[in-house]
Amino acid sequence: MSDHEVPFRILPRVIDLNRHFWTGGEDGELRFLRCQDDGTYVHPPSPRCPNCLGKNVSPEDVSGRATVVTYSINHQQWMPGPEVPYVVAIVEIVEQEGVRLTTNIVNCDVHAVRIGMPVRVVFEEHADGDERVWIPLFEPMKTDGEQ
Amino acid sequence: MTEYAEKRAVISGAGQSDVGRRLHRDPLDLTLDACVAAIDDAGLTTADIDGIATYPGPMDTPPGFSGSGVVDVQDALRLNLNWYTGGLDLPGQLGSVIDACLAVACDLATHVLCFRSVYEGSAQGEGGRAAVMPGGGGRGSFRAGSFMQWVLPFAAPSAATWIAMFAQRHFHEFGTTEEQLAQIALNARRNAGLNPKAIYRDPMTMDDYLAARMISTPLRLYDCDVPCDGGTAVIVSRADTLADLRKPPIQVEAVGTAIHGRPSWDQFDDLTTMACRDAGAQLWTRTDLKPSDVQLAEMYDGFSFITMAWLEAMGFCGRGESGPFVEGGERIALDGELPLNTNGGQLSAGRLHGYGFLHEACVQLWGEAGDRQIPGDPEVGVAAAGGGPLAGVLLLTHRR
Repeated sequence: MSDHEVPFRILPRVIDLNRHFWTGGEDGELRFLRCQDDGTYVHPPSPRCPNCLGKNVSPEDVSGRATVVTYSINHQQWMPGPEVPYVVAIVEIVEQEGVRLTTNIVNCDVHAVRIGMPVRVVFEEHADGDERVWIPLFEPMKTDGEQ
Repeated sequence: MTEYAEKRAVISGAGQSDVGRRLHRDPLDLTLDACVAAIDDAGLTTADIDGIATYPGPMDTPPGFSGSGVVDVQDALRLNLNWYTGGLDLPGQLGSVIDACLAVACDLATHVLCFRSVYEGSAQGEGGRAAVMPGGGGRGSFRAGSFMQWVLPFAAPSAATWIAMFAQRHFHEFGTTEEQLAQIALNARRNAGLNPKAIYRDPMTMDDYLAARMISTPLRLYDCDVPCDGGTAVIVSRADTLADLRKPPIQVEAVGTAIHGRPSWDQFDDLTTMACRDAGAQLWTRTDLKPSDVQLAEMYDGFSFITMAWLEAMGFCGRGESGPFVEGGERIALDGELPLNTNGGQLSAGRLHGYGFLHEACVQLWGEAGDRQIPGDPEVGVAAAGGGPLAGVLLLTHRR
């Protein structure tokens, strides 16, 4: 994605607890905290596993594949940002039921988005002073023929 | 059945300030108008008030969201308090009223002044909703933290979009239609025509509704409530103070405050419903009354779909059946089997943010609703507020 295509976005406040999530895109990886004892993915990030209450949580890469749980085609320009209309969606990662992200579905017609649609992560890099963050957006999985 | 504590609480008075799109009045002035009216309506004086409960307490942002806090009102009215609370982490806006019920039930207070005031209309000015978006629209040094970090970077700052995604999922699973959803807005507008304080009173047709601009599919302009200025107050009293009161009070029959799913707009287990599912179910475990006993329902419509979720949550219809339930609009009309949002709700009467529903339920049960009074001297009503992870509900009775 070239610079002139990157829309204005409000950026997250990166702290120790969420840094893995907002900077994983530098390596092209979507990352979540995962309990190293029972395998539970923990999102939003928390210092303890909500399942076993252990503190042995650390970032792990996931596949970046997800499914659209629901979406909305947003027509209202709330603030400077992507050109309207754009799609806001809640996607669920394939690794664990109930681990969801609110995101945008990009690189397709807004009317092509469907509930149940398989999608994959694509990162949008933003400079934030001396730091950089990578916003995880999702695009439709290409069919086999297109790759 | 267990004698639940809230049955020791009554609502003894209700009051409301002027309500308008942009009144440009001091928010404390509006708040005090509502508070003084409610105290007077109960037949009490400021010397009788020994408790305050409010939502959300003082907040500078978003602009206009909080007209006054506990301290403002206590000091302005020179109240001597035995108990007070004000905050945001509650089971919805009416969670503050439920707290007041519990305070009187356990003798921490006798007469609690509960209030909520807003001046979002004036605060927006001519800039519309964009003027009150988080972080001033995100320019400068603002960075999103807490929950907002999970939505603001995706240009989803408004609950309109979050609620739209619940509605979309409901449409997908249950076949709910735009025309069914429209009935919430059309019913509100019909009722607002009979409410002299409502903001939008002109008749609205299905064509008008469908022709309005899309905000965030499937929600159109008239699925979104209208920011306004105004204050609302009620007095919660201990039930054994009847002799001090001007008129027979309204009994708090049962309350619901539960949330069993994750407290989040996007991680909640079932995205076709909300926290109201749990609050509603809990309420019916605390009373012998049944959903079929309810004669009027004043239920949150910050966005139209939230009312649909409440209809299901309160058992007025089955899960996923709110679309067919409101189809055509007759059932929820003033002369229908379940009159709904009889003052025009927040969609047409103004975003008084939760307290407006309780005020209207009380006014209807007292038979004081004027042209919009529902027939038959209703005795059982519901006031419910909150969307997404927020939900609080009261079942009210007024036996004659």
